[in-house]
Formats: sequence, C-alpha cells, structure tokens
Amino acid sequence: MVINTTAIYVLWLREMKRALRARSRVVGSLAMPLFFLAFLGLGFNRMAVPGMTGGVKYIRYLVPGIIGMTMLFTSVMGGLSVLWDKEFGFLKEIMVAPVSRVSLVLGRIAGGATTALIQGILILGLSTVFGFRALGPAAYLLAFVFMILVATTFLGLGLIFASRMKDMQGFSLVMNFVVFPIFFLSGALYPLGNLQPWVSFLSYVDPLTYGVDGIRGALIGVSVFPVAFDLVVCSAIAATMVALGAYFFEKSEAV
Amino acid sequence: MDAIKVDALTKVFDGFTAVDAVTFKVAAGELFGLLGPNGAGKTTTVNMLSTLLAPTSGFAAVAGHDVVREKDRVRRSIGVVFQEPALDGKLTGRENLEFHAMMYGIGKAERRRRIDDVLGLVELEEKAKTLVENYSGGMKRRLEIARGLIHRPEVLFLDEPTLGLDAQTRRNIWDYVRRLNREGGVTVVLTTHYMEEADFLCGRVAIMDHGRFAAMDAPSRLKDVLGGDVVSLEVEGDSAAFAAAIRSFDWVRTSKIVDGVFALTMEKGERRIPELVRTAQNAGVAVRCVHLRKPSLEDVFLHYTGRTIRDEDAGLNERNRAMLRGHGRR
Repeated sequence: MVINTTAIYVLWLREMKRALRARSRVVGSLAMPLFFLAFLGLGFNRMAVPGMTGGVKYIRYLVPGIIGMTMLFTSVMGGLSVLWDKEFGFLKEIMVAPVSRVSLVLGRIAGGATTALIQGILILGLSTVFGFRALGPAAYLLAFVFMILVATTFLGLGLIFASRMKDMQGFSLVMNFVVFPIFFLSGALYPLGNLQPWVSFLSYVDPLTYGVDGIRGALIGVSVFPVAFDLVVCSAIAATMVALGAYFFEKSEAV
Repeated sequence: MDAIKVDALTKVFDGFTAVDAVTFKVAAGELFGLLGPNGAGKTTTVNMLSTLLAPTSGFAAVAGHDVVREKDRVRRSIGVVFQEPALDGKLTGRENLEFHAMMYGIGKAERRRRIDDVLGLVELEEKAKTLVENYSGGMKRRLEIARGLIHRPEVLFLDEPTLGLDAQTRRNIWDYVRRLNREGGVTVVLTTHYMEEADFLCGRVAIMDHGRFAAMDAPSRLKDVLGGDVVSLEVEGDSAAFAAAIRSFDWVRTSKIVDGVFALTMEKGERRIPELVRTAQNAGVAVRCVHLRKPSLEDVFLHYTGRTIRDEDAGLNERNRAMLRGHGRR
C-alpha cells in the first residue's frame, strides 16, 4: 500500500481553495450548531438535568456535544461531496490518476477534517459568548485531537456511503436514518444514563459517543469513560473507517 | 510491443451489451481510431481500458499491464481526455492543470514550464486565472486537452477530443496530436464520430457499431474496399467510340453511363484523368467537365453498417431502446 503525500497535499489544497471561495457556505453551516447552543443551552441552562455529574451547568455540558455534532455533520457531508465530483465529472480525473486509493481517501479526509476543525474552532470561540470556559490551553489541544479523530471517522463513513450511492438522491436517507440517530444517541445533548437499557446499548456502539465523551473530558474534565480510553477507542475507529473507506472507494466506479 | 491488447472484451449494463466481445491490438506508436456513431460503445471501451469501468468479461492490457489486476500500473502509463467535462469549476484553469500535474508527481519547475506550454497550445494563457465555471464549452474542452498532455503518457486516450470545437481549434489540436504521436512517440487511441478526423489523423481505424467492430484497417485500405475513386466525365457528342475505348482499359473497375455522364471507378483517379480526356478527344467527343470523388470513411461506414454515421434518429432510437431495456430490468 503506497501513500502518496503529494497527492494528499494537492487534494487538501483543493479543498482549502474551494472552502475559501465558498465562505458563505462555511459561515452558513455554523448557523445550526449556533442555534442549538443558543436555544437549547440558554433554554435548559437553569434546569437540573438528571444524571449530570455534580454541579455542571448545562451549557458546559452542551458545548462539547455541539462541537461533536459539528464534526459529525460537516464530515459526513464532506465524505458525500464525492458525489458532487461525480456529478461534475471531476471524479474521473481523480480516479484515473496513478495514485493509490488510500492516498485519495486520506487526501479527502485531510481536506474535510481541516474544514471541520476550523468550524469547530469557530464554534468554540463563539461559545464563550454564552459563558463557556474550558479548563485551559492544553484542554483545547486535546479536544482538537478528538475533533480530528471524529472528523476522520465520519468522513470515512461519508465516503463509504458515497461509494455505494449513484447520486445525491439518497442524501436525506443517510441524514435521517444514520446521521441524526448517531447524533442523538451520542450523549451530545443529555447524559446517557437516562436512556432505556436497550437504547443505551446503541449508544455504546455509536462511535460519536466516545468522541463527544473525549471532547467533554478534555474541555471540562467531566466524562463517562477515562479520556485515555476514549482516545484509544476513537483512534481505532478512525483507522478502521479510513481502511473501509479506501476499500469501498477502490471498488466504486467513477462513471 | 503492443501498446494495447484486447481480447473478447465485453461490458454488459443491466442486460444491455454496450461492448460485445471486441478483440484488437494497437502497436506502440500507433495512432488508432475508434469510429462510430453515438452509443456504439466507444466510450465504454475507453473507460474499461483506462480502469474506470470493470469489464464484464474478456481481457485487456494497456502498456503491458492488465487493466483489472494492475490498475495502478495502467494508470501510470496513460492519459485520458474524457468526452464529458471533468474539471473543477471552482478552480482556475491553471489550478486545474496544477492539480493534475501534482497528481502525476511532476516537480515544481517542470510543472510551471509544461503548464505554460500547454496553455499556449490551446491559447488559454489569458484565461488561466479565471475560474473554470466561467469558461465557455469550447474553452473547457481546450483546457482538458491541455491537461491530458501535461504528463506525457505512453498511451493517450482522447474521447471525442474535438467535439463542439471551431474549425481553427480543431485544426490546432489535430496538428498537436499528430506531432505528439510522431515526434513524442505517444500511442494515441482516439474515439470520434467525425469521419474527416479519423481519416486525417489515424493510421488505423476500427469502425464500431452496436458494440462490435464492423471493420478495422488503415483508412485508405478501408476505402479501397469500395473499389477506389469515382471519376465522372460529362461528355458531348456521339460517345459510342469513347465507351468502347473505356471498356478496353483494364484499370477501369466499373463503368456506368447515365445521360452522357460516365461514372468510372478506379484507383488513383487523379492520375488517370489526363488519359481519359485524351481518349475522349481521340474518340471525337468533347469533355464538358470532369469530377473526381475520393470515397470517404462515411461511404465505408455505410458499406459495413448499412446506414450513415450521422443518422441521428437511428442512434437516438437505439439509445432509447437501450435505456428502456435497462429500466425494465430494474
């Protein structure tokens, strides 16, 4: 398996140029997480949420969850954006290049993860307006690691779906039956202890659960699992998804 | 060595056979053409040879590498200019070329030189910094051709390279493709439904129809099958003696006389005209006009398939039927 760094770089560069030229899209995609923060965060802030570890205000609980949500949505979309390339024919140009499919997948992920990370950082910055404070600079760095792992995982998932789909028609199916359940089951909005046992089982197989828990552990020092455990789980899932993404990408047809 | 070796290559889409057990070889350095109407299976063939589509059955090797088992090696050896645009509209022309050059691992200095080169060739220097989404159809086409040439592949596939281009640009591209083939030694496989393009450029042409090769040879030899050039002479006066004289020439293959017009088929007609005119004068008839017609690949296509290549209606019905069949299966 050959990793071609130039190819990864040029795919990343393309993504950056496209993002810079579509600033309104990047800004627009900040709207949903911000509304969640504003309406849920401020609305529930004075309520006592059962199962929340002692004395954590809801906004502090919610911000890491919304960061996880931003990573999830942006990344799945980023993975699915291959379908736009297919629509505009550019995918053929990519697929016919003498570059290993793993490098193509890594290049996409590098670009998508960077875009997602920038959005996450913007949300983190804006969340200070709502009174959110993290533990310190190191907390942010550790959170970034988790954010990149979550982005990688879901870019991989998006790529797998894109490889199996002909066009964007299945998009809402993926959003409603995959992305939203992953989001709601991840503990982004409320502690998982409140769920029925069979639902909480689903939460434990939800990869985002460990990502959100890790980000939360990093930022505010409160988490269900030890942060090191989250880190190991997230890394393993991310690596698996890259491998699967490459496998499916190799088998997909560009025309 | 064979640049391309194809054996019983077949592609079936949902019960519709787009390419039907095609077998051929292309020698290194050849300029080979696939000529046929829309829907004949040319693009599907190119897609299989360029690793974008997996064949249903059969074997194909490009530059000595199996297109199924050695995809990466095949990709390294080929360049492809696709029929449909394959550009990123959100990048400028130059950025599209840079993307390509970097994907093919061309170093920075060399990259700049080659990009300037090809931009000059297709006369897009002044538009290099414009986003491709603002290009006209012809400009996009030219940019794609420029891109296919940047990495100097062993085998270059051109899928309808001059589709929708003006005569001037088409001519430039023909010249460049020819130079690339002759001086650069690049093997070129080109699909086209323009007869004159295949005739002008290709050393050998395969006539493709309904997923099969109807004929394959050098354009001149394909045309020879039709019996050579047609020379028509319009004469005045009593032509009986002239007709008798003509029948005595063994180089006249066929002759037809309608309303004082002699239609004769022969090889190298332009070299026989003086003799024909002399014979007419000796036989006491006046020649009013002489017309020489070289058979075109259009005639060859008609000969082998029983229809003309620009028979758009037939082509369209064909495709509709194929689509309906496809839907029926789903």
